[in-house]
Amino acid sequence: MKIEFNHKMSAHCENGVTANLLRHYGIELSEAMVFGIGSGLFFTYLPFIKMNGVPVVSFRPLPGLIFKRVNKALGVKTKTYRFPKNPEKAMSLLDEKILEGIPVGMVVGVYNLTYFPAPYRFHFNAHNIVVFNKDGNIYSVSDPIMENIETISYNDLKLVRYAKGTYKPKGKMYYMTYVPKEFDLRNAIKKSLNKTAKYMTVYPGQVIGDRAMRMLAKDIRKWPVKYDRRKAAKYLGSIVRMQEEIGTGGAGFRFMYAAFLQEVGNLLDNAELAKLSEEITLIGDKWRLFATQCARVIKSRNNTDITYDSVADLLVEISYDEKAFFNKLLKVNL
Amino acid sequence: MRKNEVPQDDANMLEGKTRELQYALDENGSYVEVKSVGWEPKNIVMQQAWEEVKENINYAIEEIEKGNKSPIYFFMHKNIMDEKILAEYTGFWIFIVKRHLKPSIFKKISKSKLQKYKEVFKLDSVNELINFDAKKELEKIKFEI
Repeated sequence: MKIEFNHKMSAHCENGVTANLLRHYGIELSEAMVFGIGSGLFFTYLPFIKMNGVPVVSFRPLPGLIFKRVNKALGVKTKTYRFPKNPEKAMSLLDEKILEGIPVGMVVGVYNLTYFPAPYRFHFNAHNIVVFNKDGNIYSVSDPIMENIETISYNDLKLVRYAKGTYKPKGKMYYMTYVPKEFDLRNAIKKSLNKTAKYMTVYPGQVIGDRAMRMLAKDIRKWPVKYDRRKAAKYLGSIVRMQEEIGTGGAGFRFMYAAFLQEVGNLLDNAELAKLSEEITLIGDKWRLFATQCARVIKSRNNTDITYDSVADLLVEISYDEKAFFNKLLKVNL
Repeated sequence: MRKNEVPQDDANMLEGKTRELQYALDENGSYVEVKSVGWEPKNIVMQQAWEEVKENINYAIEEIEKGNKSPIYFFMHKNIMDEKILAEYTGFWIFIVKRHLKPSIFKKISKSKLQKYKEVFKLDSVNELINFDAKKELEKIKFEI
C-alpha cells in the first residue's frame, strides 16, 4: 500500500515533521502554531559546553521537546524506538511500519544526507524527517527543509540514522498511534504561553533567557582580548549561525513566534496577544541587526564603528527588551 | 521584517535544491511565509565556517608533504571530522586512529583496515589512500566557497 503523504515545507524540521504527521491524521495546524504550542521559543548560553570547539548558544529547546509537548497538549499518543546497536532492526521495523501504512518520523545526521545542499552538510545530528514509502531500495522522504519530496537509498538512510559525533540519533524513530478527533486548543495555547514565559523569566539560572544573553554579552567583550582574531570571530560567527541558519524562520525563531501570537490573537480575539506579536517582531528586527553587525565585525579587520563591544551593547539591549516582553506574556489573561 | 525586505542574497548556499522559509509581515501587517535564497550576514558566517575547513585541508596537505602525517589526515579534515568522529565511524579505537595518522604506521596498515577507511571516506578505491595525490584530491572538492 502506498501512503499518500501531504508534504508541506517549513522553516524548522521538528515543527515541520510534527505538523506534517498531524496533518496526515487530520489535524491541520500551521508551523507557527506547532512551534508556539510546543513552547519552542528559547535562549540558552552554555559557555562550559563546547560543540565543535565553540560554546553552545541555542535559540531552541532540546531536540525532540517540541514534538513531545505538542503531542501531550493535544492528547496524541506516540511510540518511540531507539536501536543503539541494531541498525538492521531499525531498518526492518521502518519497512514494517511503512507497509502497515504508517508514516515514520526519525532523527538523522545531515552530513551524509545525499539530497541536502552541500554547504549545509556539517556533522549535525538532530535533523528530523518523515519516511513514508519504499520502492525497491529507495525510500520517499518528506524533509521539512526541502521544497519537494526527496528520495534516499537504503544504505544512505541507514548511514544517516546511525550518524556519529555529538548527539547520535542511534536509529531513533517515532510514529503516532492515536490522534484524537477533538482537543482543547485554547487550553493548549494558554499553557504554552505560560510555559514559554516561565522558562525565559522565572526559572532560576544564569544560562537561560535574558540573563544568559547578558552573560553572553559579557563574554563577547572578552573574546577579542582573550583569543586571537580568528577564534574570536569564529565564536561570534557561531552565534549568528545558530540564530539564522536553516530552520529558524529568521531572527532565532522570534518572527515565527510573532506569527504564532498573531494567529492565536486572531483565533481567540485577543488584542493583547496581537500587541505582543508586534513587540516580538520589533525584538526580532533587533536580532537581525545584531546578526548584520556581527557579520561586519567578522568580515572587516579594522572596524572602528562596529566592534565586539558594540554588538555586546546591542545584545544587552535585546536582553532587556525580551525580559520586558516575557514578563508581559506571563501576565496575559486568557 | 516586512515581506519586501526578506533578503534574496544568493551565494549558492542552497545550490538551487531548496529555499528557506522566512516569516515576514505583508502589507496588511499579517504574517506570511516567504521563501528566501539567502541573506548576506548568514552567507558570511557560513563562508567563515567553510574557510576554516579549507584551511585545515591545506594544513593537512602541508603536514603530509612534510612527512608528519599520513593521507588519512587529509581525508579526515576533508570530511570535517576529528579523530573522535573518525574513530566512531570506522569502529577503531581512537588511539588506533591516531596511530594510523603516523606515516610510519600507515605503511603497515592491513588491507581490511584500509578498506574501512575507504568506506567511511566514500573513496572509489584504497589506492586513493595508498598513492595519495594532493593535487588530484583538491580538484575533486566540489563546491568552491
